[in-house]
Amino acid sequence: MKHDVILRIGAKLILPFILLFAFYVQFHGDYGPGGGFQAGVMSAGMLILYSIVFGNDALNRVAPRAVVERFVPIGALLFATVGLAGPWAGKRYLDYTPLAHDVVHAREWGILLVEVGVFITVAATMTTIYYAFTERGQT
Amino acid sequence: MEAYILMALLALLAAITIAIVFQRSLFAVVILAGIYSFLMATVMIVLDAVDVAMTEASVGAGISTVVFLATLHLTRAREYPRPRSVMLPLFVSSVVAAVLVWGTFELPRFGAAETPIHQHIAPHYLKEAKRETGVPNVVTAVLADYRSFDTLGETTVIFTGGIGILVLLRGRRRKRGEDKDAVDPGVRDA
Amino acid sequence: MSLASDFVSHHNYFVTILLMVSGLYIVIASGNMIKKLVGLSLFQTSVYLLYLTPAKIVGGTAPVLDDKFAVYSNPLPHALILTAIVVGIATISLGLAIVTRIYEVYGTIEEDEIFSSDGEI
Repeated sequence: MKHDVILRIGAKLILPFILLFAFYVQFHGDYGPGGGFQAGVMSAGMLILYSIVFGNDALNRVAPRAVVERFVPIGALLFATVGLAGPWAGKRYLDYTPLAHDVVHAREWGILLVEVGVFITVAATMTTIYYAFTERGQT
Repeated sequence: MEAYILMALLALLAAITIAIVFQRSLFAVVILAGIYSFLMATVMIVLDAVDVAMTEASVGAGISTVVFLATLHLTRAREYPRPRSVMLPLFVSSVVAAVLVWGTFELPRFGAAETPIHQHIAPHYLKEAKRETGVPNVVTAVLADYRSFDTLGETTVIFTGGIGILVLLRGRRRKRGEDKDAVDPGVRDA
Repeated sequence: MSLASDFVSHHNYFVTILLMVSGLYIVIASGNMIKKLVGLSLFQTSVYLLYLTPAKIVGGTAPVLDDKFAVYSNPLPHALILTAIVVGIATISLGLAIVTRIYEVYGTIEEDEIFSSDGEI
């Protein structure tokens, strides 16, 4: 589909807005519908659309497969590490209270960090799945 | 009013499901499943589950369809009719359906506010979530704070799924000729 | 309570059961592995519906707190199902990866052909 002008220009126009919406969903998830899961899937969808229109080699330049695969465990580890703040201050695991001086503030921070961890793992896993299935077909 | 919109959407959903059951072309099945997911997302919006609807629309209709189509590309796009009779599966499904419908009559009416599910812990979340966590979206508060252990587990499952797929599909494909046990696909198509 | 109003108030559950049983039927009756996985995901989606239906309060709104509203639907099933959907796609993709490997080894994704070619060896 690399030679279809309308498709290429249309995709180029729409791609940044998909990513923008994904980040809006991610960081506005506290106040409206959304969160790490949805934003992760949307940004992976953006990468997949890019790859469908411009080819897997183009996607490999933007988000190299090896780098994306590294991010799969990083998100889950970030989540688990944020949880360690509780035991470090003598509280229970995944108790966010020590993250800030004020309890409500700390829990807000905890939710934000945890959602970022979820976002990283979900986005990286979905992109990895896409890579695994498409590169299998190219050999 | 909500109940009637819901009835119409669910009727469409049931029609799509029946079409999936009888469709033999796997390509059509996958596209119908995508339509099914969008309809399901609409149903979820009517049921007030906006977060879930957003997830279902992006996962069910987006990523899921892409992965199914990629698998069809790697394998084949047609289901072959089998000689086996359909009586046994039909019987099993009918019996299960009858038992479930029988069990439905004990369930509370749709949309009632005084049912047990609305008494246990949800009122606490709805009343205290904003004061305790500072987050007005209660679903996010439950997901990432009150029940973050669940979410940690789910994230680990997603991670494990990704690793499993990498283990299965990474690397170069083996040529089928190198494998003596393999069935020649040309034989069955003839 | 008449039968008709009973039907309207439990209509959601009947459709849920129809979806669930259709998924079950596909999993048992179809020999094609990709179709089986579509059946599994139908079954899975019906469970989402089963969880979300009792959470709804008629006249309520989505559980995003605001001073203008007083009645909200139950947020707990939403949080549970939200994660279940994303986990669902991860497991279905894992199933599809296994199907792909099976096709590479056996050259077919029809169950009975795989069984018969196993019998010949």
